[in-house]
Amino acid sequence: MTLESMMIVAAILFCIGLYGSLARRNVLMVLMSIELMFNGVNLTLVALAKYVAPAGIEENIAAVLTGQVFAVFIITVAAAEVALGLGIVFAMYRNTESVDLSNATELRN
Amino acid sequence: MIFQDIVFWMLAVLSIGAALGVVLVKDLFRAALLLVVVFIAVAGFFVLLSAEFLAVVQVLIYAGAIAILIIFAIMLTRDVQHGNLPNRYHIPAATLAAVLLAVLIAVAVDTKWDLLGGQDQIKAQAVQTSAIRTLDSPGDLVSLEKAGFATEDERTAAQQAGLADLLIGDFVLPFEAVSLLLLAAVIGALALVRPR
Repeated sequence: MTLESMMIVAAILFCIGLYGSLARRNVLMVLMSIELMFNGVNLTLVALAKYVAPAGIEENIAAVLTGQVFAVFIITVAAAEVALGLGIVFAMYRNTESVDLSNATELRN
Repeated sequence: MIFQDIVFWMLAVLSIGAALGVVLVKDLFRAALLLVVVFIAVAGFFVLLSAEFLAVVQVLIYAGAIAILIIFAIMLTRDVQHGNLPNRYHIPAATLAAVLLAVLIAVAVDTKWDLLGGQDQIKAQAVQTSAIRTLDSPGDLVSLEKAGFATEDERTAAQQAGLADLLIGDFVLPFEAVSLLLLAAVIGALALVRPR
């Protein structure tokens, strides 16, 4: 288990999420793929926090936790994104009786 | 060390396999369940990286709250019979993802990371284990001395180093901003789904 192997796993998770969010028609699938991408980013941040020396570590040893603080913020933003995203999905489903992104064309014209 | 490697590879296979399942499986409901498997595997990675607090948060928020919300949405929208169809951009999307993956792996392997040295690694380990609580019992003092915190100043610094100290100290402005964002998002979601 090294920094590189951890980051490669995180990159694979991120790219699977990227493919899913670009190539699926169901809007819930897109939301789930975005969650996969968030997880890849979080994994990278925490791995970097463990292995890489941050600037100014001599003065403040607590700087090694900065990556974990960022991950906490990302988890919070992901929770907000899911709450709002599912609200939009429900509004869309109520209007068009469908969660297919190919049919979501109300904002066109 | 060898035990950690075994656990790492098991988690890597589990998380990547389940993530592939999420985007490729036909049934949306199964995809959501596989997403829970990915979340729990990532929580296992966090434990391996000595970020226990984040692992607990991951299980509570992702595997608990977010997964339940998504499963609720899948059941309420009743569009399950169409399944998980690809759109017409799925070949360019796969190419883009593969190219990005190659670039990311090349960057991760080629970059010369400024890694923590041996002594620093032990110190960082001590600080990361104090992430949840503040070290103050006599046993903690012994372990801090073993970790190489020689002077009194360094020891107090490590004792106070915790996620809570950073969140309420250095990062208090982003912390308040993100709480406001969460409040706004929840109110916005309520306004969106309110019956007219």
